[in-house]
Amino acid sequence: MRNFDYKLPTSLNELTDMLSHGGHTARLLAGGTDLVVAMRGGRMTPEVVIDTKHVEELNELSFNDHTMILGASVTCRKVCRNPQIVKHFPALIDCATLIGGTQIQNRATLGGNLCNAAPSADTIPALIVLKAQANICGPHGSRQVPVETFCTGPGQTILEGNEILVSFSIPLPREHEGAFFIRFIPRNDMDIAIANAAASIVIASSGETIIEGRVAIGAVAPTPLYVSDVEPVLSGRPIADDVIAQAADIARQSARPITDMRGTVDQRKHLTHVLVRRALNGAVNRARGND
Amino acid sequence: MNDYVIPEKLRVVGTTPIRPDGHDKVTGRAKFGDDFHLPGMLHGKVLRSPHAHARIKSIDTSHAETFPGVHAVVTAADFPKISSNVIDAGEAGQIDMQDVADNCIAREKVFYDGHAVAAVAADNAHIAEEAANLIQVDYELLDPVMDVRSAMADNATVLHDNFLPGAFLAPTEKALPNASKLELAMGDVSAGFDEADIIIEREFTTETVHQGYIETHIVTAQWGANGMVTVWTTTQGQFAIRDQLALVLELPMSAITVIPLEIGGGFGGKDSIYIDPLAVVLSKQSGRPVKMVMSRAETLRATGPSSGTYIKARLGVKIDGTLVAAEFHGAYEAGAYSGGPVAPGVSTALTRYNIPNVKIEGYDVLVNKPKVKPYRAPGATPSNFAVETMIDELCRELKLDPVEFRLHNALKTGDRLVLGFPCPEIGGVEILKAVQNHAHYQSDIGGPHRGRGLAYGFWFGAGLPSSADLMVNSDGTVQLCSGSPDMSGTRITLAMQAAEALGIEPNDIFPSVGDTASVGYSFQTVASRTTFATGIAVYQAAQDILAQMAERAALIWQIATDNILIDGGRFVNKTNVQQCFTFKELAGKLVGTGGPIAARALASPEGVGFQITAHLVDLAVDTETGKVDILRYTAFQDAGKAVHPDFVEGQIQGGTVQGIGWALNEEYFYDGAGHLKNTSLLDYRMPTILDVPNIEAVILERPNPGHPYGVRGVGEVPIVPPAAAIANALYDAVGIRMNTLPMTPAKILDKLNSITD
Amino acid sequence: MNRQQVTATINGEHKEFLCEPRQSLLEVLRDELFLTGTKEGCNDGNCGSCNVILDGTLVNSCCIFGVEANGGHITTIEGLSKGNELHPLQQTFLEGTGMQCGFCTPGFLIAASALLDENSEPTEEEIRHWLVGNLCRCTGYDKIVKAVQDAALILRERAL
Ligand SMILES: Cc1cc2nc3c(=O)[nH]c(=O)nc-3n(C[C@H](O)[C@H](O)[C@H](O)COP(=O)(O)OP(=O)(O)OC[C@H]3O[C@@H](n4cnc5c(N)ncnc54)[C@H](O)[C@@H]3O)c2cc1C
Ligand code: FES
Ligand code: FES
Repeated sequence: MRNFDYKLPTSLNELTDMLSHGGHTARLLAGGTDLVVAMRGGRMTPEVVIDTKHVEELNELSFNDHTMILGASVTCRKVCRNPQIVKHFPALIDCATLIGGTQIQNRATLGGNLCNAAPSADTIPALIVLKAQANICGPHGSRQVPVETFCTGPGQTILEGNEILVSFSIPLPREHEGAFFIRFIPRNDMDIAIANAAASIVIASSGETIIEGRVAIGAVAPTPLYVSDVEPVLSGRPIADDVIAQAADIARQSARPITDMRGTVDQRKHLTHVLVRRALNGAVNRARGND
Repeated sequence: MNDYVIPEKLRVVGTTPIRPDGHDKVTGRAKFGDDFHLPGMLHGKVLRSPHAHARIKSIDTSHAETFPGVHAVVTAADFPKISSNVIDAGEAGQIDMQDVADNCIAREKVFYDGHAVAAVAADNAHIAEEAANLIQVDYELLDPVMDVRSAMADNATVLHDNFLPGAFLAPTEKALPNASKLELAMGDVSAGFDEADIIIEREFTTETVHQGYIETHIVTAQWGANGMVTVWTTTQGQFAIRDQLALVLELPMSAITVIPLEIGGGFGGKDSIYIDPLAVVLSKQSGRPVKMVMSRAETLRATGPSSGTYIKARLGVKIDGTLVAAEFHGAYEAGAYSGGPVAPGVSTALTRYNIPNVKIEGYDVLVNKPKVKPYRAPGATPSNFAVETMIDELCRELKLDPVEFRLHNALKTGDRLVLGFPCPEIGGVEILKAVQNHAHYQSDIGGPHRGRGLAYGFWFGAGLPSSADLMVNSDGTVQLCSGSPDMSGTRITLAMQAAEALGIEPNDIFPSVGDTASVGYSFQTVASRTTFATGIAVYQAAQDILAQMAERAALIWQIATDNILIDGGRFVNKTNVQQCFTFKELAGKLVGTGGPIAARALASPEGVGFQITAHLVDLAVDTETGKVDILRYTAFQDAGKAVHPDFVEGQIQGGTVQGIGWALNEEYFYDGAGHLKNTSLLDYRMPTILDVPNIEAVILERPNPGHPYGVRGVGEVPIVPPAAAIANALYDAVGIRMNTLPMTPAKILDKLNSITD
Repeated sequence: MNRQQVTATINGEHKEFLCEPRQSLLEVLRDELFLTGTKEGCNDGNCGSCNVILDGTLVNSCCIFGVEANGGHITTIEGLSKGNELHPLQQTFLEGTGMQCGFCTPGFLIAASALLDENSEPTEEEIRHWLVGNLCRCTGYDKIVKAVQDAALILRERAL
């Protein structure tokens, strides 16, 4: 590994200062589970590495009446152990408990997962269906973007020179809302998704009609994909197998996978259908309160 | 061949004492390959070929040499061209040591992605790596040959203009530009097939897999001022490493001392040199000790995997279920240099059935992949997969119970083997009956898309040379030193045999693994042979010790040695039974009666007990994704005599889980240009703790008369039947016949779709 | 070279050392402090051989820079036993043959100790989930699971 300078800022201001002085060869370090491995493999060669673990804003985890603020550097472990997240956002637990083993979850962060921008990243589809907003801070001020617009290609994001991801704002679920994440891997754990899918659904109090539904899929396109075409198919429709299958069909059509060592185009398209259907059924179950 | 009278009651053998090396292993004190440091030590790194097949036009090391912190840079030019390169490997054939040398560092051509081209020694590993990347190599690219069938096709690119067919169990003869061949036959196959009522012929392919030991390859070498070389390494055979180093470096074997450190797994893959000669020459050039550590990616790219194969087999059976004829054709990858496991692979393909008419043909095929190395029962898993799934198909066709069918055709003691000799004592029938009587076989599977599969497996094992030293101390404790590295508790299994023979307690024996300067020659810890063959050396040394101690007792009592009765660790004067020494008492008198006693035995036993096993598996298939879940697994195996039953169980469980990995997910994934894509343990998918249930091991004991306590090897055969058992269970569950390994979810899904389309 | 000063409490002892930022915590432990009980099996987070406990959480020391541990509290395999008294896990791995080659063992022991610190009565399912980041190629895992269960029992009995 090439050598570099290690910096440990204690405030957001200090961090942004260091970033602008580090120039374009600086990289942020959260849990390091992507960065350290990439640097060792020579795929990333930053001259300055800025550790985010002591910056308050990036480690915030708080709730107000309508929203959860989840700092970019909050670990999967903290997410999984937070009773309010367990209660309100089981779909986040679904994916955060799947990232690596215990040891990886103890370090890996949701911000790192998003900024690493892998097509197969497991937390991004869930963040998308939960309508998470990414709070970005840069030399020219702050901005907020929906997570589905954040990744622009494998390893590519909309972050511009010296911008950083600070946190996510995620609206608390409405009544009768449920969300679910699922992935397919060949082993039972410790694998990169061949395909993954998340769904969220709001149903009427009768428990029979869909008010709103969102679907996002991963590992089947250059970026995790929000499948907006599913929404009109679901809203106002009854909760029924054919409706869900129709949504899954649309998701399969939106998938633009490639063949690589982990899976083939056909397999990934097929899996997208299966996973979206299972994710929607899981979300419905949660919306009905029978998790 | 010795036939031993096996004592009916054993005192130590069959118990489960704690291994003496265990304490250091649970406290982190045990010294594995990388845990060894020398003052002033440099760190070496290798530059490896990014191409699968290319001619080296030039190598420019100048930028690396001047990089700050670099002390030495070597290429093939720094190694001797070996003058007497052909080594006789006895009945197995011949080995070309130039191939061994070229595999360590490429000379004119690189033959696989990851082939070593140059190496650097520097102050630390980071500097060495940076410097190695500054070496410029100019290549002329050649077409890669990536599988056995394209290598055997007309007009295939030729890897080596000339090659010596390699040696492994039996010799092969050059038959094609990229392949050598071996043939075995018994009876008259065409007459046999004429007799058959049903004949099936099937084709199979299996992918390259790796042994997957968790510790990679690591070596530290020191070139001494007087030309003496010392090497500390993690290996299955210190003598093998020494001999290979001496031959490729043209040094006297006695000038090299190889000190074996603890070994973090090998499974056959740590029996030969890779970075070792590079470290030695880097040390010579720098005048400093040099350590080299292979990364996981290097280990996957450039160390011995096991062969991918292409198999075509034909079986003929009578309507009553009698197998009458078989033809087996197996083409096994050798990798970049000849000498893969084709001979043991094809010769075990059918051995476990008594089939009168057999024709076997095996090809050892050169491809642009790393030179293959043994992996637990080398070659047997693919051939077993082919034959056992065909047997399952025949059972269904004939509506015969799979256990009954196998019982009907089982190889029995004395039946003639295709290798030409009669089968020694074998407990196959007992194994199959144990399956029938087991609760697992009788249980209901329950649930949709669930199935059960059975497969029957066989492996030879081996004897080969082993040495053991015993020394009696005046306090009655005994030092045991063997030449066999301990990969999984053999210190204790050897100590137990010494204790049994000497009539003392296992914790009075202090076992160690000797280096090449301090113990007699031993073949590697391979082929399930240590507890068996080194055990016999220990037994023989113990007999020598007892005889010498009896002489001392006789001397003390002034009687003839014949009058000493040795009984359970006591030495009794037969003419006056009041006179008696315990082992400890007599040990205390040795110094005064002629000095301490030691014994060395070098054994090369022939009475190898064959390994026979049956595996039963239940699984569930997610028919929408192709994912397989193993629900229940029972492995039945004949251990001859389980010296330490816990370790035997461990061997069965570990080998089975490796077999499950081979069956379902493990494979080398090369792209079209011959680059290995899955060079990490994330994508080379070995089973995790969540992928397997408890493997229930049922141990049977039909003693091997070739060992004083009835021991037969146990380590290898567990990897043989899992793939076939799982394939048969898949058929039972969802009606698909798999003919490729690994049976990944994608392939299962494809097969499912093809039957529903 | 830009070596940085790092201070940490390792197995209860105060340690100060210099390291390059590019050195992982694993390299620092092994090469600078000669605590070689912690192993490298993959160097990319996939095998768990390098497990240590950092500030109360189980981590892969190969995926952390040594400089990140500044001010931290680290437990390695060398710190698991109290003097000569083995931790119950060490005892049960030894007695129940929860190892063959023993290379993965320090990682499993550290990981399992972190589990038992949080959960004194884990089910087999919970044990397998917790240990999924630790690879063992020798044992087939069964005896490891049993050794963890046995150690949990010993610890519970001791707590009574
Ligand atoms: C063994 C193993 C298993 C894994 N399994 C999975 C899995 O199952 N699913 C999965 O999705 N991933 C998996 N990963 C990948 C990785 O763990 C996750 O992507 C993780 O969420 C990354 O988080 P981190 O905090 O470690 O990121 P880091 O490595 O610290 O950072 C990742 C990238 O994001 C940048 N970055 C970090 N924070 C910010 C910020 N605030 N603003 C801007 N840029 C930032 C970094 O510079 C870096 O480029 C695995 C990794 C390993 C080693
Ligand atoms: S060496 Fe760190 S996880 Fe394998
Ligand atoms: S005991 Fe060898 S890897 Fe686990």
